[in-house]
Amino acid sequence: MPWTRDEMAALAAAELQDGFYVNLGIGIPTLVANHIAPGIDVTLQSENGMLGLGPFPTEAEVDADIINAGKQTITELDRTSYVSSADSFGMIRGGHIQLSVLGAMEVAENGDLANWMVPGKMVKGPGGAMDLVAGVQRIIVLMDHVDKQGAAKFRRGCTLPLTGANVVDMIITNLAIFERPDRQSAFLLRRLAPGVTAQEVRDLTEAEYEEAFA
Amino acid sequence: MVQKIHPDAPSALAGLLFDGMTIAAGGFGLCGIPETLIQALVDSGTTGITAVSNNAGVDDFGLGKLLRTRQIAKMVSSYVGENKEFERQYLTGELEIEFCPQGTLAERMRAGGAGIPGFYTRTGVGTLIAEGKETKVFDGETFVLERGIVADLAIVKAWKGDPYGNLVFRKSARNFNPMAATCGRVTVAEVEELVAPGELEPDQIHTPGVFVQRLILATHNEKRIEQRTIRKEAQ
Repeated sequence: MPWTRDEMAALAAAELQDGFYVNLGIGIPTLVANHIAPGIDVTLQSENGMLGLGPFPTEAEVDADIINAGKQTITELDRTSYVSSADSFGMIRGGHIQLSVLGAMEVAENGDLANWMVPGKMVKGPGGAMDLVAGVQRIIVLMDHVDKQGAAKFRRGCTLPLTGANVVDMIITNLAIFERPDRQSAFLLRRLAPGVTAQEVRDLTEAEYEEAFA
Repeated sequence: MVQKIHPDAPSALAGLLFDGMTIAAGGFGLCGIPETLIQALVDSGTTGITAVSNNAGVDDFGLGKLLRTRQIAKMVSSYVGENKEFERQYLTGELEIEFCPQGTLAERMRAGGAGIPGFYTRTGVGTLIAEGKETKVFDGETFVLERGIVADLAIVKAWKGDPYGNLVFRKSARNFNPMAATCGRVTVAEVEELVAPGELEPDQIHTPGVFVQRLILATHNEKRIEQRTIRKEAQ
């Protein structure tokens, strides 16, 4: 049975280490915050200029001036600091953030990522994603294994405009986990969702990869 | 003392507006946007505006108001996904967009304001964003040259301001406002609270008055929330 979105988020959360500063993308990656293990102290960064994100507010706590990069209302913690957008991206571009978890439309076997544009159709823009993949030390992608038409999203090469070239370190889909030890290496199939076979994953993946189960 | 405080937004913008001008605006989403000055721009009828702003507001709020009235000819932004009218105008070719990664946009405004005409960044290398731009290899890695931005006018929103134009922003409403304030040839700030000289703690001032030429007390402080996310009870 494929992993649910929450299970995928929990698998990504298992990659967090004590003391990490982490940026979570919009959508499923945001769910990662709900699965941080007790005893692991992680500081969440939001690129609009907030370091140390708290949980969503209660009705009484809502403050229009406290939002995350998804424009969601949020709360402060005792460690929270605010910075300008320039300083926030100084943290990101300067390599001070250990990990970012992002969504994707396509990932290529060489680590290319596409998640910002469908020419002629979707014109939302890259937001902070290009800066995140260019500057954050490790990039995990959370995505469905295939798109709504059933086409493979982990591909030989991206067909959509890139967000970054050779920037992805780990891919968690609803069917499997792929990882590579460094950005010169090929991706390895490390884990299958319960009841999913290696052959099924092979059939639904265009990218070349090696099997090396953890 | 030079009088920076103006009685209202139209008077603060008087003599500064012309068709085809570039305007930089602070704000992220609908947070920390200069609502009062945006309304005054709508009322001014200025057209052909190039707007430098991280986002384009929503259909009926923020810069979305200026899109509706077709006063904006071009946006320089990182993300415009919340605005349907934007998408429509862009796809029909009525509106030009220069997409700029968010961190690059912040740095372009900061650089422009600091007298730096260009800088190299890793962001966007190997993507459409870097096409046609100069690149340079530093220590074996490729970086792309991005230009600083200087705007004819910058409009910003602050929490508190004093008569000298010193500004303090509040929480995540700071965002792009400090950089926008520096990159305007003229910068107009609207503040939620005008305070007396000496009331702001010098160590706590985010934007010093040197960057702010004109100042008004904001009359539009709706602070609309885009995603009102609530947890059920205190944890």
